[in-house]
Amino acid sequence: MKPKDRLKIPPTDMPEQDPAARVNNVQEVPLGYTAEMAMTEAKRCLQCKTPFCVEGCPVGVDIPGFIQHIEDGDFEAAIRKMKETNLLPAICGRVCPQEEQCQLVCTIGKAQKDPTRAVNIGRLERFVADYEREHGEVTMPPPPEPTGKTVAIVGAGPAGLTVAGDLIRHGHDVTVFEAFHKAGGVLIYGIPEFRLPKNIVQNEIDYLEKLGVKFKYNFVVGKTAPMEKVVAEHDAVFIGTGAGLPRFMRVEGENLLGVYSANEYLTRANLMQAYSFPETDTPLITGKTVATVGGGNVAMDCARTALRMGAKRSLIVYRRAEEQMPARLEEIHHAKAEGVEFRTLQNPIRLIGNDENWLTGVELLKQELGEPDSSGRRSPVPVEGSEFVQEVDALIVAIGNSPNPLVPADYPELEVTRWGGIVVNENTGQASVRGVFAGGDIVLGAATVILAMGHGRRAAEAMHMYLSSGRWSDLEEALSQARAEVR
Amino acid sequence: MHEILENRVIGPDVNLYRFHAPDVAQFRKPGQFVIIRINQEGERIPLTIADVDREAGTITLIVQAVGKTTKQLALMQAGESIPDICGPLGEPTHIEKVGHVLCVGGGIGTAPLYPVAKAMGAIGNQVSSILGARTADLVILEKEMSEVSEELVITTDDGSAGMKGLVTDAIESMVAGGAKFDLCVAMGPPIMMKFVSLLTKKLEIPTLVSLNPIMVDGTGMCGGCRVTVGGETKFACVDGPEFDGHLVDFDEMMSRLNMYKTYEQRSLEHYEEHADCRLKSATKGKSE
Repeated sequence: MKPKDRLKIPPTDMPEQDPAARVNNVQEVPLGYTAEMAMTEAKRCLQCKTPFCVEGCPVGVDIPGFIQHIEDGDFEAAIRKMKETNLLPAICGRVCPQEEQCQLVCTIGKAQKDPTRAVNIGRLERFVADYEREHGEVTMPPPPEPTGKTVAIVGAGPAGLTVAGDLIRHGHDVTVFEAFHKAGGVLIYGIPEFRLPKNIVQNEIDYLEKLGVKFKYNFVVGKTAPMEKVVAEHDAVFIGTGAGLPRFMRVEGENLLGVYSANEYLTRANLMQAYSFPETDTPLITGKTVATVGGGNVAMDCARTALRMGAKRSLIVYRRAEEQMPARLEEIHHAKAEGVEFRTLQNPIRLIGNDENWLTGVELLKQELGEPDSSGRRSPVPVEGSEFVQEVDALIVAIGNSPNPLVPADYPELEVTRWGGIVVNENTGQASVRGVFAGGDIVLGAATVILAMGHGRRAAEAMHMYLSSGRWSDLEEALSQARAEVR
Repeated sequence: MHEILENRVIGPDVNLYRFHAPDVAQFRKPGQFVIIRINQEGERIPLTIADVDREAGTITLIVQAVGKTTKQLALMQAGESIPDICGPLGEPTHIEKVGHVLCVGGGIGTAPLYPVAKAMGAIGNQVSSILGARTADLVILEKEMSEVSEELVITTDDGSAGMKGLVTDAIESMVAGGAKFDLCVAMGPPIMMKFVSLLTKKLEIPTLVSLNPIMVDGTGMCGGCRVTVGGETKFACVDGPEFDGHLVDFDEMMSRLNMYKTYEQRSLEHYEEHADCRLKSATKGKSE
């Protein structure tokens, strides 16, 4: 097939659940490609000699490689190729912002001057992962020779799981300490079922367990045992405790009944399955009119969850304009299709309650766009005298998270930034204490799943080098030497 | 899984549990709590640790059966297990030699108070205690508390044990009798801690209270346990559970405890409708 013919193939849409039906269930919204759809979409890939898409991927998946196997109809080979670099494709295929990464730089999109017409790499990734899960056995790599080295991973989120998967394959003895009763971190407590089914996450955890990773649940490092002890008892430690400290708006009335942090709202719905109350025990205030404050993916998740919990109206309140929302376009599109109302250029200044302390309304102040700020975005400026009250009976604050302070507070040897993030060498993930590494949102502040996985990947490589060579102060050099030798 | 080694009724709807939980027992200090979940559909509830046995790897919890989870737990037998016990969580009590410490326990609040009273005495403080309850059979750990207290006063609402009245009445009469306190530690129902704090503020006795708001994770992640202390929002799970009683906004805290009242009722009704006859007979027996 000639490139000219490939360029002519239109992007393959992925079927979705009908919006009217899906707000009444928690099943996944996009339904996935069939084999025919995947093979058609795979034909659109030009197999570029210099694949920009691979550079655009934080974990460097061989994208043309796995897509070629799909085009050939050899889906087992495609998943094997994928898993050389990405252990969690079913998750990444669903939650990565591909339009800002691999797909943004895809030649097809560039040729058509429209990045939305790029090869749908994320959908193909999801397809191969789902194909493997739904068809027969998951292939297990041959067990490695044990090295006798022990590794502790603090936090079973995307960063920690990536490190666990990489290091167990090198033969190290890996134990993951998780505060919750389930592994997955934000994949389990945060991202809703309708966007990332929990059995898919569980499947990936089960796979790691089969490879030999040990999980210790309900274990809060820094409380259940001091960090010092964990460091002393392992040859290397990775901290991936995430951005688990919710920010609030610091306006009057924030402790009224019916006001949630996004973390609490989503954790109750997802991890604790408030969807199924009273079959399950954990409740969640449903509310007739629910407002979510914020414009990111988490805000979209909350607003869409509110509809599924039975809210009649779900509002997104955001102080800037829609074009400035940090949420993925796809998430905004899904939210709108489901009937979420967008209230942009409005900022909450006060929450109003009744005699019994229940939230009844939110006072909003209209904003207009002013001069660009340091981030280059035009900053919102309040319109004086434009206050008005919107009636609401539940409100979710989804304006971001800060790094969780629990481990740094227990282990002052760790150097942290003013914002509470752990200071690391960004190429190796090395923290300020020998043998201790960190990555993901505890370093970055609230970012994305795939960036956390990218961090995990780099840290795992450095940890393996450290465990095999004992080099610490010149670990970065040792790594680049090793990479040069491979080339 | 955590095996229940002992489940003993020690008062009306009050049970003492001993669980196998070696990880929790190892580093636990007085004042800390655990979050438990009793089955796969279960909610996560915070419970203060009454005691631990490090060598045996066990923890002791004293729990009043008030909602669906605690009622269901009360029906479990020694030998059965629950899936999750997470902890120890929260900041331990600051145990320090201050002089004369007044320990005030209300109902099952005496359970977490006991280890604090014991530790306060062990480093050389003079300890006096007041245990309050609605009625005589709700007074728990009287013997244990008397062993660690120089003076122990019991108060009951109905006068069925000790003096008839509230713990605040006992504080006033002790102070009127010339007692001087350098610190008060109050643990019990929020309404009791509120009135103890109001009184000790007037009497200028520094006061620590232990709060037990609704929590999910217990690690500072959800913020559901936020309380206003001295005009600032604090997370009881990581900043507490103990705070300066003179600064806590008790009214807000008590209202937040009621957030899920109707849901809790529904959950209990749903459970009683669908549960085996064990619970039906148990709850029926108690209401009669």
